[in-house]
Amino acid sequence: MLFTSYEFLGFLFLLFLLYYIIPKRYQWICLLCASYLFYAFSGIKYLGYIVSTTCSTYLVCYKMEKIGEEQKNYIRLNKERLTREEKKSYKIYMKKKQWNWLLFGLIFNFSILAVCKYVNFSISNINNVLQLIKSNSRLPFLSIALPLGISYYTFQMMGYAIDIYRGKYPAERNLGKLALFASFFPQLMQGPISRFDDLSKTMFSAHSFDRKRIFFGLQRILWGFFKKLVIADRILPAVTTITHNPENYQGVYVFIGMLFYALELYADFTGGIDMVIGIGEVLGVQVKENFNRPYFSKSIKEYWNRWHISLGAWFTEYIFYPVSVCQPMLKLSKFSRNHFGEAIGKRIPVYLATILVWLITGIWHGAAWNFVVWGLMNCLVLLISQELQPCYRWFHRKFHLEGKWGFRLFQVVRTVLLMSSIRMFDCYRDVSTTFRMFFSMLTKYNFMELLNGGMLKLGISAIDYGILFIGMIILIGVSFIGRSGSVREKIAKKPIIVQFLIWYGLFLAVLLFGAYGEGYDASQFIYNQF
Amino acid sequence: MIKQKKIVGITSILLAVIISLWFLQRLLMPKYMGQVVEGALIAEYYQETTNHDVIFIGDCEVYENFSPITLWEKYGITSYIRGSAQQLIWQSYYLLEETLQYEKPDIVVFNVLAMQYNEPQKEAYNRMTLDGMKWSLSKVKSIQESMLEEESFIEYFFPLLRYHSRWSELTVEDWNYLWKKDIISHNGYYMRVDVKASVGAPPAKKLANYEFGSRAYYYLDQIRILCEQNQIALVLVKAPSIYPHWYKEWDMQIETYAEKYGLLYLNFLEMFEETGIDLSVDTYDGGLHLNLFGAEKLSEYFGKILVEEYGVFDHRGEEIYDTIWEEKVSFYKKKKEEKLAELTENK
Repeated sequence: MLFTSYEFLGFLFLLFLLYYIIPKRYQWICLLCASYLFYAFSGIKYLGYIVSTTCSTYLVCYKMEKIGEEQKNYIRLNKERLTREEKKSYKIYMKKKQWNWLLFGLIFNFSILAVCKYVNFSISNINNVLQLIKSNSRLPFLSIALPLGISYYTFQMMGYAIDIYRGKYPAERNLGKLALFASFFPQLMQGPISRFDDLSKTMFSAHSFDRKRIFFGLQRILWGFFKKLVIADRILPAVTTITHNPENYQGVYVFIGMLFYALELYADFTGGIDMVIGIGEVLGVQVKENFNRPYFSKSIKEYWNRWHISLGAWFTEYIFYPVSVCQPMLKLSKFSRNHFGEAIGKRIPVYLATILVWLITGIWHGAAWNFVVWGLMNCLVLLISQELQPCYRWFHRKFHLEGKWGFRLFQVVRTVLLMSSIRMFDCYRDVSTTFRMFFSMLTKYNFMELLNGGMLKLGISAIDYGILFIGMIILIGVSFIGRSGSVREKIAKKPIIVQFLIWYGLFLAVLLFGAYGEGYDASQFIYNQF
Repeated sequence: MIKQKKIVGITSILLAVIISLWFLQRLLMPKYMGQVVEGALIAEYYQETTNHDVIFIGDCEVYENFSPITLWEKYGITSYIRGSAQQLIWQSYYLLEETLQYEKPDIVVFNVLAMQYNEPQKEAYNRMTLDGMKWSLSKVKSIQESMLEEESFIEYFFPLLRYHSRWSELTVEDWNYLWKKDIISHNGYYMRVDVKASVGAPPAKKLANYEFGSRAYYYLDQIRILCEQNQIALVLVKAPSIYPHWYKEWDMQIETYAEKYGLLYLNFLEMFEETGIDLSVDTYDGGLHLNLFGAEKLSEYFGKILVEEYGVFDHRGEEIYDTIWEEKVSFYKKKKEEKLAELTENK
C-alpha cells in the first residue's frame, strides 16, 4: 500500500477516526493492529519475518535483562563474601553471557536480512567468478521476495537490543509494545530508524484529540504530498529517460540527469519522511526529524550530518564507535603508532572504521556493486576532505573567505554538485556505465542540443518544467524560512484567512499539479526499496 | 458571540472549499461537445419526459445505426437508445436496470456485438458510458464491473481526481459548456450525414477461440431475465456493420441462444436486400457505421417488424406525445439540414 494511494488515505482516515474514538488506553493496541494490517497488505506471508524478528529480539533482551538482574542479586546477596576480584570476574562472566545472547540475536536477525536481501547478489558474484575461471557450473538464483521494510526494522530492533545490552534503558516487557515499535507502519517503509527511548515516550501513552497537533500533522502530510507528487514524480520521467538510455543521452544530458535526480531524490525522500512525521503527529507519536536542509550543507561531512540523520546516527553509534575502540583495533593502533608514528597510528582505527561504515552503508542501500562503490566514493571524499582540512583553513584565512556570503554559496553549490555526482551510481545500471557517463559529461560538449529542444525530449513538457520551477522556488523558500524556526508555527500566527489560503492553495496544488492517477505511473518512494 | 463568529467562519471556509472543488470538477471534466461527442450521449436520457415503447441498448452499432425519429415518423413508435462508444455488455445491463427505474418499455433491443468482450477494454470508453450515468446502485455495480486494474472507484465518485491534470488542455469548449451543454443526440441517435462508401472489410483474423466468454453470457442471461421479470420482449440484433468482423461461429452461438429462449434474433448483415441498405451510399466510414440515410432505411425496416411481430402501438395523435415528438422531429430536421449544408459547403 503506497503512501500516495487512495487505499492508504482511506486506511489513514479510518485509523484516525478509530484512534480518537476508542478509550485512550487502547490506542497503542489500535496502532499495533493497524501496523500489522498495513504490513499484511504487502503479503500475509511476510508477517512471519517481522514476527520472528520481534520475538527473537524480545527473547534476547529479556534474557539479557534477566542475566543483569541475576548478577545484581548475586552481588547484593554475596556482598560480604566476595572479593573485589571475584566480583569483577563474575561480572565479566555475566557480561559474556549477555554478549552471547546479543550475538545470537544479531546473527539470527542479520542472517534473515542477508538471506533475503543479499543471497542473490552473492550468487551472482560467485557465478561471475566461475565464469572468470572458465567453469561451466553456475549456481541457481533463489526466488526470495524482500519483506517490506526489512532493512529498517532489523536495524531498529538490533539497535534496541544493543542498547539493552549496554544497559541504556530497561527492556520492554510487553511483547505487544515491542511489536508496535518494530512495525509502526508510517516508518516501516522508509524510516527513520528510530530509537526505542525516543519513540516509546509518546508511542504507548494516551493521546487526547489535540486540534493544533492534529492540524499540524495534517499540514506536514500535505507538504509531503506536495514534494512527492508535484516535484518528485513529475521529474521522474526525465530522470528515467536519461538514465535508462545511456547510449542516447550523454554529455550535458548526464549533467541534467544528475541534477534532476538530486531534486527527485530530495523531494521523494524528504516528502516521504514529512508524511511519516505528519502521520505520527496526528497520532500523537513524535517521530524524530531525519533531514535538516541537507542541500544547504557547506561540506560533505555536514551534508551527511543533515541527510538521513537516523541512519548516520545508527552507524556511528552501533558500528563506528564499537569498531574504533574494539580490542583488535586498539592493538592495531598501538602497533601502528610504534612502527609508523603517532599521526598514522592515530588515524588507522578511525579510517578503518570509516571505511567499514561506508561499505555497510553502501550495501544497506542495495545489493549491487553500484552501491558498494557509491559508499566507498563517499568515504574517499570524506577522508580526503578530512586530510585536507588544514590546507582549506590556510586557504580560507589567506584569502579572507571565512563567513563571506559568496564563498558560502560556492561551498553549498560545490557540495550539491559533488554529492549529486557520487549519487550517479544510484541511477545507472552498473558501475562501468556510471563511470562512462561521468566521463561523457566531462568530455562530450553537446550543450547546444538542450537549446534546440533537447529538454523537451526527456518525457516532460514545457508545462512540467514550469510546475517544477515554481515547485522548486517554493521548496527553497520554505527551507529558507524554516531556518529561523517552524514554518507551520509562523503560518499559525497569521490571520485565519491567510492560513486558509496557504493550506488550501497547497492542497489545490497537490490536487491539480500532482502526478497521480490515470496517465501517471504510481511511483514507489525511492527509499522503500531499501 | 465568539462562538457564533467561529461557526460562521468554519461554515464559510467549508462552503468555499466545496464550491471551489465543485467548480473545478465541472471545469475539468470533458464536455464531449467538440470532436468526440459520444461521451455526452448517456446523460441526455435524463432529460426525457415521456416513456418509450422501445429501448435500444448497446454500443455504436445502435446509436449510429437506428433512428428513433424515423421510428416515430413512420410508425408512431417512441424509442430511446441508451448506447455509448464500445459499451460493454454489463454496462448495457446496468443501464437497462437503471432505465427500468424510470420507465417500463415493451421491447428492449440489444445489439450483440458486445458479446465479443469478456473483460473491460479501455478506460476512456468506460468513462464515456459511466460518467454520464446518474448515481444509483446500478451505476456503482457497473463501475465495479468495468474498472481496469489501474482505475480507482474513488475517481468515478470524484471525477476531479481523474481529470485533475486537464487544466493544461482546457479549451474554449470547456468554458462555453461549463454550465449548460448542447443536445447532441436525437433520442440517443448520433447523426452523421457524410458518405464514405465501403470498399469491403479487411480479412477477418483467425481467433484461437470463438466461444463467447462466460461473463458475456452471464450478462446476456441477466438482460434476458430482467426483461422476463418485467414482461419486456427482448430482441437481439446485429447491426449491418461489416467491421469489426462478425464471425459465423459467433452468429451461430447467438442463434442457438435465441432459439433456446424463444427470442427474436435479427442479423442485419444478412438482410441488405430486405433493408435496402447500400454500403456505397449509406455509410459514413466505409461500412463500420451507417450514416443518416442508412439508419433511416434500417429503422423503417425494423419498425415494421416491431409493429408486425410485437404490435407496438402507434402513439401519433396522442397529445402528450405529439407535442414532444414534434419538437424532436423539427430539431432532427433542422440538424439534418444544417449538416447537409455544412457538407455541401465543405465540398
